[in-house]
Amino acid sequence: MKTARVAYGGGLHAAHPHAVGVQLADGRVLAEDAVVWLPPFDVGTIIALGLNYADHVKELSKELTVTAKDEPLVFLKGPGALIGHRGFTRRPAGAKFMHYECELAVVIGKTAKKVKRDEAMAHVAGYTVCNDYAIRDYLENWYRPNLRVKNRDSCTVLGPWFVDAADVPDPHALSLRTYVNGHVTQQGCTADLINDIPALIEYLSEFMTLRAGDVILTGTPDGVVNVNEGDEVITEIDGIGRLINTIVGDASFGR
Amino acid sequence: MNQFNLEFEAAPYRLSGVVYGALLNDQAVLDTLGEKAVQPPYKAVPSAPVLAIKPRNTLVADGSEVTVPVGAEALEIGASLGIVIGRTACRVPASSALACVAGYTIVADLGVPLESHYRPGVRFKARDGFCPIGPRVVPASDIRDPDALNVRVLVDGAVVHHSTTGRRIRDVARLIQDVTEFMTLQPGDVLMLGVEAGAPLARASKSVSMEIEGLGRLNFSLVAEASA
Repeated sequence: MKTARVAYGGGLHAAHPHAVGVQLADGRVLAEDAVVWLPPFDVGTIIALGLNYADHVKELSKELTVTAKDEPLVFLKGPGALIGHRGFTRRPAGAKFMHYECELAVVIGKTAKKVKRDEAMAHVAGYTVCNDYAIRDYLENWYRPNLRVKNRDSCTVLGPWFVDAADVPDPHALSLRTYVNGHVTQQGCTADLINDIPALIEYLSEFMTLRAGDVILTGTPDGVVNVNEGDEVITEIDGIGRLINTIVGDASFGR
Repeated sequence: MNQFNLEFEAAPYRLSGVVYGALLNDQAVLDTLGEKAVQPPYKAVPSAPVLAIKPRNTLVADGSEVTVPVGAEALEIGASLGIVIGRTACRVPASSALACVAGYTIVADLGVPLESHYRPGVRFKARDGFCPIGPRVVPASDIRDPDALNVRVLVDGAVVHHSTTGRRIRDVARLIQDVTEFMTLQPGDVLMLGVEAGAPLARASKSVSMEIEGLGRLNFSLVAEASA
């Protein structure tokens, strides 16, 4: 089953796919752009992976100061960064390199503490698509990637759908891609994850208890390019969803 | 583990559970790195606030037990002023930043000692229970100058570190300004001002207390992790 959370008519609603758009739990059928899309589940701790696709590591290798991969590169994000499907993401004036990152988001469903690899998938509730923007102009080499790069308001897009784990027979065989203004700029497959989902759950739950609603953003493959004000960015994962986002400038924010 | 549910007598009346912290907010910490701070992997001293997140699994109440993991001889005991946000703070200038503060509390920023500052070190700093907070939130109106409060850390009752909330690279108002330039803080969020250089270490079986002038005393005890 696919479920969204949307705002419509002054209320918050669960919604499901419908032939002409979405259907709210109360029966109303609406066009996809007639509702406001929120992140599709109640989001807890946001755990993100850097450098988790071999080709992306190679892409960035010129600027990396370490090359040996000893353990997953994990960083955390706060709730203020989140927006939903069809949302608007701010590109600060003067930034030279702002890029999207198409990622499979794994949503925890059952508390996980010191869970071994073989048991890990039983703790997954489902999946959604994440577009996790970065603005590389602000990179500093202290606790990198630093929050000013990766935890900006409106820069973590989630949705449109929360897809039950039972409907995704193999989450490690999903093709993903990004379109900028209709042109494919990024392609990959979750088969190429360096640390797969069970490995990440085993690694993380060894030191931090994962709870329902916590989400693991599993990293992005090769193919990140700069995006500009006005660009429409679509991050898509087969069987999971097609997440639309538009880049807007400072003027929208009165800056 | 004590239930973390810190309510208090001023708007917004309870914490949101979102905790951000400033790191390296004391010039003395950078000074101890010396030339290393401008060599790889760092290459330059930080220009923007250096921040970390303490996720919800780390948050515990006053009086909790905190587990020292197998393989760690001791934990680093960082005592920080916790700035509790009272109203939505987005692009707040330093001159009006204190008006966004509901109150203050004590935050224990615990970590397995890690020499490198290059990566976020989540496995070292975001373990279960690694962020005791409390014992209460004191309304901002009761704290005359949040940048001049005495701070003491006690281990088994003996003072092991004495510092203040002053002499920071960014004081409370400036930190709120520089953080809210790119990320909005919400009512009930906690922003740690950051610890002073020389944070002490404490081993399993020790009792730790932190005192910040006017904010009371936060207690927790360290216990050894059972071997697998």
